[in-house]
Amino acid sequence: MGWIGETVDSIKSIKIRQLLIQAVTLGMIVTSALIIWKGLMCVTGTESPVVVVLSGSMEPGFQRGDILFLTMTKDPIRTGEIVVFNIDVSGAFIKMLISHLQVHERKTTGEIDVLTKGDNNEVDDIGLYADGQMWLNRHHIMGRAVGFLPYVGWVTIIMSEKPIIKYILIGALGLLVITSKD
Amino acid sequence: MHSFGYRANALLTFAVTILAFICAIASFSDNFSNQTPSAQIQILNINWFQKQPHGNDEVSLTLNITADLQSLFTWNTKQVFAFVAAEYKTSQNSLNQVSLWDAIIGEKEHAKFWIQISNKYRFIDQGHNLRGKDFNLTLHWHVMPKTGKMFADKIVMSGYRLPDAYR
Repeated sequence: MGWIGETVDSIKSIKIRQLLIQAVTLGMIVTSALIIWKGLMCVTGTESPVVVVLSGSMEPGFQRGDILFLTMTKDPIRTGEIVVFNIDVSGAFIKMLISHLQVHERKTTGEIDVLTKGDNNEVDDIGLYADGQMWLNRHHIMGRAVGFLPYVGWVTIIMSEKPIIKYILIGALGLLVITSKD
Repeated sequence: MHSFGYRANALLTFAVTILAFICAIASFSDNFSNQTPSAQIQILNINWFQKQPHGNDEVSLTLNITADLQSLFTWNTKQVFAFVAAEYKTSQNSLNQVSLWDAIIGEKEHAKFWIQISNKYRFIDQGHNLRGKDFNLTLHWHVMPKTGKMFADKIVMSGYRLPDAYR
């Protein structure tokens, strides 16, 4: 009976070690992804260096599901730039998508007032701003678009609009990690 | 080592890497195009020039815009967004830019054009500083690629002036 006890013990110990190694590997993957994301945030100067186009307000230039690369440098904001901005509506930040800057006025204090309009919209975006707000200021602007990749963002849109797919994907990934031998 | 899972993983990684590489090269090739756009803007008429009930000045102009932007199109260009902005200084604002007209040019053939229109967007000042104001008209363009980096540039035309009195 002694050797059964030994075998059971050895099996148990192997399992624990494997489990720990797998957990550490998973942790490494997650943290390196986080490092890359935060590093990108530092380099580009904006909170969201990569965004997915959600609305059709910039067609035919940018369709739903495209990916935009943003930066936010200290350069002054000028007309024509494509920007992503935040509006606080009743306390909640709504991340709006981009429009070409239409009117832009700067005061000598260095602050700016900005009015935006999407290419595909008939009128400017004043209706989207908070009640009584006529202009956007610099702190509303998240970043300027400098680069563009078509179609890659559909994965994100599908995952946010049909959350069941997100759960299935995470479940499948978890299963793969647990059942893989290395 | 040769299971379906490993092979599919290797293939997919390779495909994505190659695709990313191709997109980067396509974008890089845009740096080598020789771009010589030209443009001219004439103000044909000041239609009216009034002070709004809120106290802001507003002007309506008829513009004659001639431009040749064909050299901006490369094989990696999806569209060119061109717009005309009026730029001027006031005592309160060190720079004002008001967009008067824009167009989306989808094809190279449409990039050489001549158009006579009144301003598409309203030319309204923050205040009433526009009487007798000198301003520049600038034609800006943004080249939007099929993939990669976007380019923007402009031509500044100066020497325009608004009338000294409302009409």
